[in-house]
Amino acid sequence: MFLVPDFLGRFFHRMASPPHFYALTEKLMPWLTALFLLFLLPGLYGGLVLAPPDYQQGDSYRIIYIHVPSAWMSLFIYMVMATAGAIGLIWRIKLAEIVCISSASIGAGFTFIALVTGSLWGKPMWGTWWVWDARLTSELILLFLYLGVIGLYGAIDDKRTASKAVAILALVGVVNIPIIHYSVEWWNTLHQGPTVTKMDKPSIHVSMLVPLLLMAVAFKLYYLIAMLQRARLELLQRERGAQWVKAMLEDN
Amino acid sequence: MDLQTFFAMGGYAFYVWTAYAICLVVLLANLILPIAQRKKLLRELALKQKRQR
Repeated sequence: MFLVPDFLGRFFHRMASPPHFYALTEKLMPWLTALFLLFLLPGLYGGLVLAPPDYQQGDSYRIIYIHVPSAWMSLFIYMVMATAGAIGLIWRIKLAEIVCISSASIGAGFTFIALVTGSLWGKPMWGTWWVWDARLTSELILLFLYLGVIGLYGAIDDKRTASKAVAILALVGVVNIPIIHYSVEWWNTLHQGPTVTKMDKPSIHVSMLVPLLLMAVAFKLYYLIAMLQRARLELLQRERGAQWVKAMLEDN
Repeated sequence: MDLQTFFAMGGYAFYVWTAYAICLVVLLANLILPIAQRKKLLRELALKQKRQR
């Protein structure tokens, strides 16, 4: 791979080795947690305390600080899951398979949060908990895709085979991602259009935007932490008979 | 700003705080469960290894 710098190639090669991954993630964890709190706490303070109430929605709009980052994460994690699944499918890299399945439950969690917080925001603002419009329905399908991945993985005993099946399901489900993203533009929906990612200028004031971006970064870091924790469990379950696990147990 | 107006959320307290509470519960569960399961697995494996010796 002449396109990849040498040190980077070595880094990924080491990361793909289970004992190194297990040891390195343990060392990384306190740093990642500190970084996560560094974004989360100012994000929450800025969003719940410093940002002014919305001139139309009052304080109810503050749900945005968990709703929008969760919805972004639900799409982002799906793409990570599908990409890791594809890598595992093509090159049979064990760690890619583990990243794929470890992402599923966290993605499902964020999708659930996006749906429920959206509902709790919709009730006072739209006057209804739920409508079968394009954005909400496609996001609900995303939740079912995640649950399908988790269920399929659990139903197949051989985890290498399960990983293959799950990767194919995840890849097929990728068609849903642009549908969710563009649903507010393609269809006439109750859900409001994008306020942040508009090409010209975001239609949100900077005192409201900064906490939102802080929360978005915090949720990305949370995903990294939670995914790595699940990956360590998954790895240990698969490698329980391996020599490095025995040596590690011996040391403790 | 005093705490009472903060928690009142301009009359939207129920919606805002329920949303944040559900978010907290889901995120904590997704973090704590795998850690607890891994610790349990480690204990089981260590016990098995001890018995085999």
